[in-house]
Order: sequence, then C-alpha cells, then structure tokens
Amino acid sequence: MNTIEIIEKVSVEVTINGQRQRRDVEPRMLLVQFIRDELRLTGTHIGCDTTYCGACTVLLNGEPVKSCTVLAAQADQCEILTVEGLEQDGKLHPLQEAFAEHHGLQCGYCTPGMLMSSVALLADNPSPGRKEIRKGIAGNLCRCTGYHNIFKAVEAAAEEMREGADHGHQI
Amino acid sequence: MLSSQRFRFDGESTDSETTMYPAPFRYHRAGSADEAISLLAELGDGARPLAGGQTLLVWMKLRFDEPTDLVDIARIPNLSSIEHDDHQVRIGALATHGRIAASPLARLIPIVHDCANGIADRQVRSRGTIGGSLAAGDPSCDWPALLHTLDAEVLCQGPDGERTIGIGDFVEDLYATALQEGELVTGIRFALPPARSAGAYVGFKRCAPAYPTASAGVQLTLAEDADTCADVRIALGSAGLTPIHATAAEAELRGQALNETTIERAAEAAVAASDPVDDQRGSPAFKRAMLRVLVRRAVGIAIRRCNGESVEHSHEYY
Ligand SMILES: Cc1cc2nc3c(=O)[nH]c(=O)nc-3n(C[C@H](O)[C@H](O)[C@H](O)COP(=O)(O)OP(=O)(O)OC[C@H]3O[C@@H](n4cnc5c(N)ncnc54)[C@H](O)[C@@H]3O)c2cc1C
Ligand code: FES
Ligand code: FES
Repeated sequence: MNTIEIIEKVSVEVTINGQRQRRDVEPRMLLVQFIRDELRLTGTHIGCDTTYCGACTVLLNGEPVKSCTVLAAQADQCEILTVEGLEQDGKLHPLQEAFAEHHGLQCGYCTPGMLMSSVALLADNPSPGRKEIRKGIAGNLCRCTGYHNIFKAVEAAAEEMREGADHGHQI
Repeated sequence: MLSSQRFRFDGESTDSETTMYPAPFRYHRAGSADEAISLLAELGDGARPLAGGQTLLVWMKLRFDEPTDLVDIARIPNLSSIEHDDHQVRIGALATHGRIAASPLARLIPIVHDCANGIADRQVRSRGTIGGSLAAGDPSCDWPALLHTLDAEVLCQGPDGERTIGIGDFVEDLYATALQEGELVTGIRFALPPARSAGAYVGFKRCAPAYPTASAGVQLTLAEDADTCADVRIALGSAGLTPIHATAAEAELRGQALNETTIERAAEAAVAASDPVDDQRGSPAFKRAMLRVLVRRAVGIAIRRCNGESVEHSHEYY
C-alpha cells in the first residue's frame, strides 16, 4: 500500500444519455462505478477484473470502451452513451428488438455490452459481413448463447436500420 | 530505468471496498508535454504518466502497481498526429491503435494496419496508445516488435530536453526501457519504405482480448529481378523478455533468391534466436513451432505485397 493520506476529490462532469451530470469523486473511481454507483444506471455490468469480458462496454465520445478500465476522471467533459440511452420515446433500439427476436441473449449478463459494441460496429459499418461482426464484437464474451444468435441479431438489425432509415432512432 | 518500482507485491490491501478499485492516488491533468514533465519531476518516483490506461489501469486494479500520482497526458494537444512526407513517417505518442488502424497511413503501409488492427479488441483499440505500448516495455505488446521491423526511432522529451532513441536501444529488458524518470515518449518515426519494399506483421493469439502467443514482423525489399531479396528486417514479439531482432534470420535471406529453402532457413534461424517463456499462452516448444510458421507466413505475405498484391491480414485467433 502506498501511504497517501489525503486525496482530494476530483470533479467529473459528463453528458450521459443526453443528460448533464456532475459529481465529486475519488480519483481512483472507475467509470463503470461512476455510472452504476453514482449515477445509479445499473444497466452497465461488471463481469471481470481484467478488461477481458466487455460486459462494461459503453460509448465514450462515440467510441466503445471498457468502462472498468477508464477512470471517471478521464471521462470528465465527455459524452457517454449507455444501454439505458438506446431506447427512445418508449421505443427499443432496432438492435434491442433484434436481440429479443433472434434469441441473442439467454441470461442477459453480457447483453448491455454486446449491444453497445454492436451500436459502435453499425455506426462504423452499416452492412457488416459475418467476419466483420465477429471481429467487431470480439471484445465481448458471452457464456450462454454460443454467439450464433447474436450474429443473426446484429445482421437483422443492420438490415432493419438500412431499410427503415425513418424509424426515428438517432443512434 | 523504471522497472524496479513497477511490480510491488508488498503487503495485502487493507481496503474493505470493492477490490476492483486501484489503491488511492492523486490525479493531475497535464495541458502540455512541458507541464507533464515538470509535474512528474516534482511528484517524484511514485508518479506515472497515464495515456490510454489499457496497461496501467489493469496493473493498478490488480495492485501490481500502486502509484501515488497519475499525470494524465491523454489530452495534451499535438501529440496524436499521424503523418508522413516523401521520406518519413511520424506518429504522435498519443495516437490510439484504433486511429492508426483507420488512418490513410495504414492503407499506404499495410504492415502498420496488420499491427494496429490486430491489437486486442475494438474497445482497447479506442483507448490504448502507441506511446503507452512502447513505454510499458512489455514484450507481448505488438508495437515494439513492429517498430523493430521498421527500424524506427523513439522521440522522447524529458527534464533534460529532447532526444531520439533507436528502437533497439529503447527497450532494455522486461518492463524496462531507456526512459529516464519523468521522461515522456512524444512520438515515433521511421523511414517511408522504398519502392519494391513491403512488409507483413502476423500474430497468433487465443482470442481478441489477449496478448499474442507469438508474433513476427518482416519488412522485405526485392531486387530489380523481383526474385532476390535485396534487404530484409525480421523481428519477433512475445518470443523472449524483449522484442527480438532476428539478424541471423535476415542473413539467410539478404542477397539470396527467395524460395522454399531460403525461407525455411530464415524461419529456423529466427526460431533459434527466440527464447520464449513458459506461460499460460503456451510452452516454449509450442511457441517456437508457432514462430516458425509465423515467420514463413509473414515472408510470404511480404513477397506478395512487394509484387503489388493487396493482402488483408491481421492477428489470427479462434
Ligand atoms: C484486454 C487487453 C488486451 C490487450 N491486447 C494487446 C495486444 O494484443 N497487443 C498489444 O500490443 N497490446 C495489447 N494490450 C495493451 C494495449 O495495447 C495498451 O494500450 C498498451 O500496451 C499501453 O498503452 P496505453 O496508452 O493504454 O498506456 P498506459 O496504460 O496509459 O501506460 C502504460 C505505461 O506506459 C507509461 N506511459 C504511457 N504513455 C507514456 C508516454 N507517452 N511516455 C512515457 N510513458 C508513458 C505509463 O506510465 C505506464 O507505465 C491489451 C490490453 C488489454 C487491456
Ligand atoms: S468488466 Fe470485464 S471488461 Fe470491464
Ligand atoms: S447471454 Fe448469458 S452471458 Fe451472454
């Protein structure tokens, strides 16, 4: 243990799912804990200690990151999108619809992270092939589905989003 | 030499809180390289620069490292550009793997794309930086091996001013680099490969969010006749305690016709130069067998690229 006694809190202000939020937190607070414990958005999950599983994936300024390996302080003045921000006007995101439709989840533990990685993938590449989907979500582990239904769901959502450009979803 | 303080297992954590938290530290955000350097000097040997955090925060969560202070350098302007002229490529230390992979430079020089796009997964590539990958001194990191392949130089700035260190002198030992206390990597540079020169960097890993089990980089220049190797550089990653510049393997190819026999000899010489450790990624024997295949494969892709073929390649995993 190091011997620091007094640690000044740092101010962290973010725009999360469109809402401005500010808290004073310990410098060592991880972004995932800021989101879950301070802002009480518990849709973002913690699945490991080692930056491996991707359950904690959120979008930070539009880029997918593992929020267990980002300090809350590093996210100060950034925009964050979590799974709670995918639904708009009471309407699920096409990816959420497709995961339900195609059994892209079983226990659901990995699902918020899978969804956020998939949102990022489709933003970069609206028509990914199977290989590109595999690579796009390779940082997210699922212990239930065997991934096949997740691939199907992402393909179906991509198609839906290409065709129904008018579905009203901004993300 | 900063290695000694890196891994401290001295005593158990007395924290009753979630173990995922790193030990307490103070956080500072630097607005410029000069500011970061003077902060680091002032704060002493418990302070570390924080770039993407994809190595440092992982270590801190596991309490392998317990810095007293983090100096966040990630927002320093002008340290993340990716540019080249007719002679030289320059990449700022804060350029992320993801931005490098998506850059025009990576399209121009496919070996850079092989490496950048093969590192970890999309999330880690969003944050992790080329400078952090070098400064970590981790032989499993891909950039040090790739930069050996390209004979790059590391641009540094510290309390004593700026200096340029050849990649071979930069990495000194396991987790140890030539960086002095408070010194930053500000970027890297290497010569733009000449005409008839192309490279390939191939790695094998168990899954995306894992470091490579082994990797090999080859930069090859063909002679006018297109069958003879005019020049070559070969480097290995995850093949010992530091990246390995396989000079004996190069000697098997330089000036020789490129064929099954010479390529096999080079692969064998590369394996002989390796000294892989036994870890959860595999036994030394397994890694040597892997390296032989990877060197052959990298030479093969480099030859095809020298001949103008477009070959998409990246780390392989299950
Ligand atoms: C799940 C996972 C998988 C990974 N897989 C791979 C892989 O396959 N291949 C690979 O190459 N890497 C891999 N990595 C590591 C990743 O590439 C890191 O991004 C990189 O090693 C460190 O860069 P960083 O910017 O995150 O550095 P940080 O973690 O911020 O810093 C690392 C070290 O370097 C120091 N430092 C950082 N920047 C500078 C600088 N500019 N000047 C001086 N010192 C500095 C820090 O003080 C610290 O000691 C993986 C990481 C994770 C979490
Ligand atoms: S909780 Fe597993 S990667 Fe973040
Ligand atoms: S649905 Fe259970 S881990 Fe993916």
